[in-house]
Amino acid sequence: MNGSAVAKASVARWFRRGPWEAIAMTLIGGGIIMLVQPWSIDLYSYSFVTILAGTVGFVIVSHFPE
Amino acid sequence: MDTMTTILQPDHATIPGVSKPVKSRAARRVHGLSDRAIAWLFVAPTIALLLAINIFPLIWMIRLSFTNLNLSMSYLPLRFVGLDNFRDILTDEDVWFRLQTTAQFVISSVALQVVIGFGLALLINRQFRGHSFWTTIILLPMMLSPAVVGNFWTLLLQPQIGPFNYLISLLTGVPPSSFSMTGQVSLAPWTIVLVDTWMWAPYVMLICLAGLRSIPDYIYEAAEVDRASAWRQFWSITLPMTVPFLMLAVLFRAIENFKMFDMVNLLTSGGPGSTTELVSISLKRAAFEKWRTGYSSALAIILFVTVFGAANIYVKTLNKVKQR
Repeated sequence: MNGSAVAKASVARWFRRGPWEAIAMTLIGGGIIMLVQPWSIDLYSYSFVTILAGTVGFVIVSHFPE
Repeated sequence: MDTMTTILQPDHATIPGVSKPVKSRAARRVHGLSDRAIAWLFVAPTIALLLAINIFPLIWMIRLSFTNLNLSMSYLPLRFVGLDNFRDILTDEDVWFRLQTTAQFVISSVALQVVIGFGLALLINRQFRGHSFWTTIILLPMMLSPAVVGNFWTLLLQPQIGPFNYLISLLTGVPPSSFSMTGQVSLAPWTIVLVDTWMWAPYVMLICLAGLRSIPDYIYEAAEVDRASAWRQFWSITLPMTVPFLMLAVLFRAIENFKMFDMVNLLTSGGPGSTTELVSISLKRAAFEKWRTGYSSALAIILFVTVFGAANIYVKTLNKVKQR
């Protein structure tokens, strides 16, 4: 196997859609919980950034190969 | 005679005496277009409409969210304030409490809808006499407009003339005019949950019914052969195989209830006090009572991103259900 094939295989291994989508969905879900939880206003303050990161991430990773 | 012979000639290319069908200019132009171009021609009006009605206001709202625009003082110069509106919202305890109220409403109503909807689906799934009639009756509330539901439940829940209080009075002995379902702090949150559940439990029932009917009979037959009890069949076959459909219903109803405005606005207008003030009602108040357009645009964007994120999860779950 030559160098470029190894690099491609490495990229394909790292940029699989499944795990990245799971991470993005966890961020979205976590952000929503942070937004509505009644315990800490600090968590509430960072909720929007978390949801935004998850949503933008989800849009990007949904274009990754299966 | 000469003309007749030329007409009977088999050669279609040139038949003297018979005029060729004349194509209109438009037809000739369409004839010259590729399939792709014709497809674009059909789709273009919809895209133009979407851009005008959805995309342009969205972009405009994003722009306004970074400004200090207040429509009651529109004579003031529009000033770019950066992320100040977002900072104000995300440190404002009132908005935080409204979001908690919204979450309580979403959790209570969706939980009730799932339990009642799933129960109804189990009942309707048994083929009994008149089951189509009862299915139609059960589905009726879902077909009504939320504005209609809000108005007639307001009448039903009137403490003096509404039949709901009289029914409760018959069952409990409490005088009918001694309590107000929409006017009391302890009852108003449960009233909006009750009305929303009444309206949307049939929808959950429909989704669960689809899930129940997708379970092949041979699985139950195999369970019967193994002498599994009805309870065991429910826990080991029915429930696990309906869970993806339940997830779908939960996600869809949660997104819809998070955005809930019309019905609650008609029933309680967020009152008494701010007991039932959902975040959508807060948004309306900020935008159209306090006229804080920049601030309310920022709040709308926060809600939009939240719903958009949840919708992504919803679509992902939907695809999983489709693949089953």
